[in-house]
Amino acid sequence: MSAPPVALTRPRLQLSGIAKAYPGVVANDRIDLCVMPGEIHAVLGENGAGKSTLMKIIYGVVKPDAGTIRWDGELVTIANPGDARALGIGMVFQHFSLFESLTVGDNIALALDASEAKHGLDARISEVSARYGLAVEPRRRVHSLSAGERQRVEIVRCLLQKPRLLIMDEPTSVLTPQAVDKLFETLRRLKSEGCSILYISHKLDEIRALCERATVLRSGRVSGTCDPRTESPSSLARMMTGADLPHPRHRQTSQRGDGALLVKRLSLKADDPFGTDLVDVELAVRSGQIVGIAGVSGNGQTELLAALSGERPVDDPAAIELNGVAAGRLDAAQRRALGLAFVPEERLGRGAVPEMSLVENALLTAHRQGMTHRGFVRLDAARAYARAVIGQFQVKAAGAYAAARSLSGGNLQKFIVGREVLQGPRVLIAAQPTWGVDIGASALIRQALIDLRDEGVAVLVVSEELEELFEVCDAIAVIARGRLSPPKPTHETNVEEVGLLMSRPFGAEPRTGNAHAEPIDAP
Amino acid sequence: MRLRLEARPQPSRSMAWLSPLLAILATIVVGFLLFSSLGRNPSQALYVFFVKPVETLYGIGELLLKASPLMLCAIGLAAGYRANVWNIGAEGQLTLGAICGGGVALALEGVGTGAVLLPLMLVAGAVGGMAWAAIPAWLRNRCNANEILVSLMLVYVATLLLSLLVQGPWRDPEGFNFPQSRMFADAALLPVLLPGTRLNFGLVIALAAVALGWIFVRRSLTGFQMRVAGLAPAAANYAGISMQRTVWLGMLIGGAAAGIAGVGEAAGPIGQLLPSMSPGYGFAAIIVAFVGRLHPFGILLASLLMSLLYLGGESAQIGLALPSAVTGLFQGALLFFLLAADVLVNFRLRIVRDSSIAGAAHAAKAGI
Repeated sequence: MSAPPVALTRPRLQLSGIAKAYPGVVANDRIDLCVMPGEIHAVLGENGAGKSTLMKIIYGVVKPDAGTIRWDGELVTIANPGDARALGIGMVFQHFSLFESLTVGDNIALALDASEAKHGLDARISEVSARYGLAVEPRRRVHSLSAGERQRVEIVRCLLQKPRLLIMDEPTSVLTPQAVDKLFETLRRLKSEGCSILYISHKLDEIRALCERATVLRSGRVSGTCDPRTESPSSLARMMTGADLPHPRHRQTSQRGDGALLVKRLSLKADDPFGTDLVDVELAVRSGQIVGIAGVSGNGQTELLAALSGERPVDDPAAIELNGVAAGRLDAAQRRALGLAFVPEERLGRGAVPEMSLVENALLTAHRQGMTHRGFVRLDAARAYARAVIGQFQVKAAGAYAAARSLSGGNLQKFIVGREVLQGPRVLIAAQPTWGVDIGASALIRQALIDLRDEGVAVLVVSEELEELFEVCDAIAVIARGRLSPPKPTHETNVEEVGLLMSRPFGAEPRTGNAHAEPIDAP
Repeated sequence: MRLRLEARPQPSRSMAWLSPLLAILATIVVGFLLFSSLGRNPSQALYVFFVKPVETLYGIGELLLKASPLMLCAIGLAAGYRANVWNIGAEGQLTLGAICGGGVALALEGVGTGAVLLPLMLVAGAVGGMAWAAIPAWLRNRCNANEILVSLMLVYVATLLLSLLVQGPWRDPEGFNFPQSRMFADAALLPVLLPGTRLNFGLVIALAAVALGWIFVRRSLTGFQMRVAGLAPAAANYAGISMQRTVWLGMLIGGAAAGIAGVGEAAGPIGQLLPSMSPGYGFAAIIVAFVGRLHPFGILLASLLMSLLYLGGESAQIGLALPSAVTGLFQGALLFFLLAADVLVNFRLRIVRDSSIAGAAHAAKAGI
C-alpha cells in the first residue's frame, strides 16, 4: 500500500455523538465513526439500523440534531450536498439518480459546475474510466445501460470531482458476481491512492473480503467496531442482530408430482419501450420443487413475472400451463382460482394498498378463502385471516386494522408472504422475496418457501441475490436479455457458472461489435 | 417569524371533522365581506341567505326537495370517483333520464297503466342515464378516450337533444307554441310527502340511494375492489381486479343515479319536459360528492348545504336584489375553502422563527 502524503494519524472523517430523531423513531443515537485516509470502512447493519440516515448526514442531505463532524481534523458543518462535494465527499446512491433519456455525458455534465462541464468533458470521462477500469461510453443513452453500467456512470461522475471520501450505498445489490469482483478492484485502486471509502452493506462475505474496519449499527446505535477480516459471518451477524444467524431446515421429500407450472416457448414483446422482450422462454416447475431464476434486474424478470401472474395475459393460451390448464389468456384472478399465489417485488402499491388496513389487504387476494357471501364481504372472516397471518408470520403491527403503510418493509413483506402462503396455493411465485428485508425476516420467509415446497407446492423464486437462491432452490435457471437458461440442479452448479450465464445469455448468438446494446453486464 | 406547513406523521382525525366547519366559517366570512362591499348590511344579508329560506315548513320542504337530486347524483358519482373514474357528465345523464322517463309518461298517457307507470318511468330514466354514461365508458375502455372530456361534451349533446324534442315532436299542441311538453297526468307525478310543500317521494329514493351506497362501498366485494382500483391501480391489476369492469360500473352507477334524478325532476316539481330540466344539479353534485368526501353520510350533509346555497341565492335575489351569480360565488368559495382546509388534515401549521428558515431552505435545496 502506497502511503498517502497526509499524516496517517489524523482521521479523514470523524463523527462524534451524532444524533438524529424523527417523530416516533431515533434513527441515530450518539454515533461515533472514524475513517482514516485510504481506509475502506464498512458500515454494517440491518434495515432500519440507521445506516442511510448517517450517510445522509455526512452528505449534507439531513441535518443532525446533535454531534460534531471533523474533516481532516477541522470542525465542519455540512449544510447541503454542495458543501459535501466541496470538501471532497462523493456518494453513489443505492437507487440511481440518472436521467434515462439523456446520454451518459449529459448526465455527468449535469452534476458538474457549468464551467467544468464545457471543456473536454468527454476526454476527462475517458481518462477516468480508463484509469479505474470503469468502461463507460459518454455518447450512449442511459436507458440502454444495464444496472452495472449505470453504477459505473455514477462512480465516474463522483470520481471526476476527485473525492477524498467515497460513500457507496449497497453497491453490489444490482451486480453479477463478476461485476462485483471488478468493482472491488476499482475500490482497492482508489484506496491505494489515498481515497477513503465508506462501504454500506448487509452482505457479510463482501465486507469480509473488502474492508479492514467495520462499524456495526443496531437500532440507531453503534453496537461494535471490528476488523471484519478476523470475524466470522456469524459473529458479525450477532453484532448486527444481537442473535445467531438462523439456518433454514430442509426436509427431504421424495414425492414429486406432475408439472404444476409449465412455460412453453413464451415470447413476449415488452410493453415498456425500455423493457426487455422475452424470447422462447421454457420452464417447468413441478410440485414439491423450488426453482430459482437468477439474473441482473432489467433482463426480462418484470415481463416474465407479469406474464406468469396474469397481470399481462399472453396471446397463446398454451404458452403458460397452470396445473394442466392452458392459462396464457387468463387474467390474474382466474389464475388465482386455479391455485396460483404470487408475491410481487413491489410491496406498497402492488402487493398491498398503502392506505388500507391489513384486514382489507387480506381481502385483496385472499377473498376466496370464505371471506365473501353472495358478493358481500364477511368482515369477521377477513379479520380472522389477517390475524392468523400476523400471528403465524410474526408480523409486527399495531393490530389487524393498522394501515399497510404503517408497517416496516420487512413486516409488510412477511404479511404479504403469509397472506399468499395461507391460501394453500398449488403454485407460488415469489419475486425478490427478501429484498430489503432484515436477516430475521428473511430467514422466516425462506423457511416458509421451503415448508411450502415440502408440502408439495411448486415454488418459483425470482431473485437477484444468488446467496438466497443457492440456499433455498432445488434448481436454478438464469435469465439474461429476455432468454432463460435451462434450470440446473443446485448441487451441480455454482456461483461462477451462474454468474457467467448472467452475462452471456443462453442461446444468444455470440456478438462482437454491438455486444452491449442490451441490458446485461459485461463481466 | 413565519408560518410553515409541516407534514403530520399521521393524518389528523380531529382535523378531518374540523376542516369542513372551518371552510363553512371562512365562506361566511367571505360572504360578510362581500355583502358589506356591496353596500348591504352583512348580518341582515347573511340572515336572508342562510336562515330565512328555512324558517317555514314550506322552506324546509324546498330544502329537502332540492337536496334530493343532488344527493342522488353525488352518491352515483362518488362510486366512480372512488375508483378514479371521472364522470363529469351527470348533468347530461340527468337530462337523458328526464327525456326517457318523461317520454314514457307522455307515451302512456291515458293508457291506464295505473301504479306501474311511475316505476316504469324510473326504470326508463335509469336506463337512459346509463346509456348516456355507457358512451364515455365504452370509449374509455375501447380507445382509451378521456372520460372527463367525453362525458362533459355529452352534456351539451343531451341538452340539445332535449331542446329538439320539446321544440319539435313533443311540443304541447295547446302550449301557445312555448317549447315545452304537455303537463304529465297525475299518475305520472311522484306523490307529495308533506302536505303544503312540494316535497315528494324523490327524497325517499335519494335516502335509499345513500343507504345502498354505504352498503355497496363498505360491505360488497365489488365496492371494495373499486376502492382498490382507485387507491392503487397496480394492486388492483395484481389482484386481478378488472379495470374495464371498474370503468363500466363506475360510469353506469353514476348514469343510473343521475337518470333517476332526472325523472324525479320531470315527475316532481316540474311536471313536464322543459328545455332545461335542472339548474345545474349534475355539476353541483360533483362539489357535493367532494364536500362529502365521497362518503355517503358526508354526501347527505353536503347536499343539504348545497341546497341551502341554492335557496339562499334565490332568497338574496328576491330580498336583497342581488344578481343570481351570488349562488355560484358561494358554491365556488365553499369548494375553494374546503380544499384549502383539507390541507390541514395531512399538514399542520407551525410558526417558525427566522433563524430556522435558513435551515428549511437548506433542507429544501438538499433534495438535489
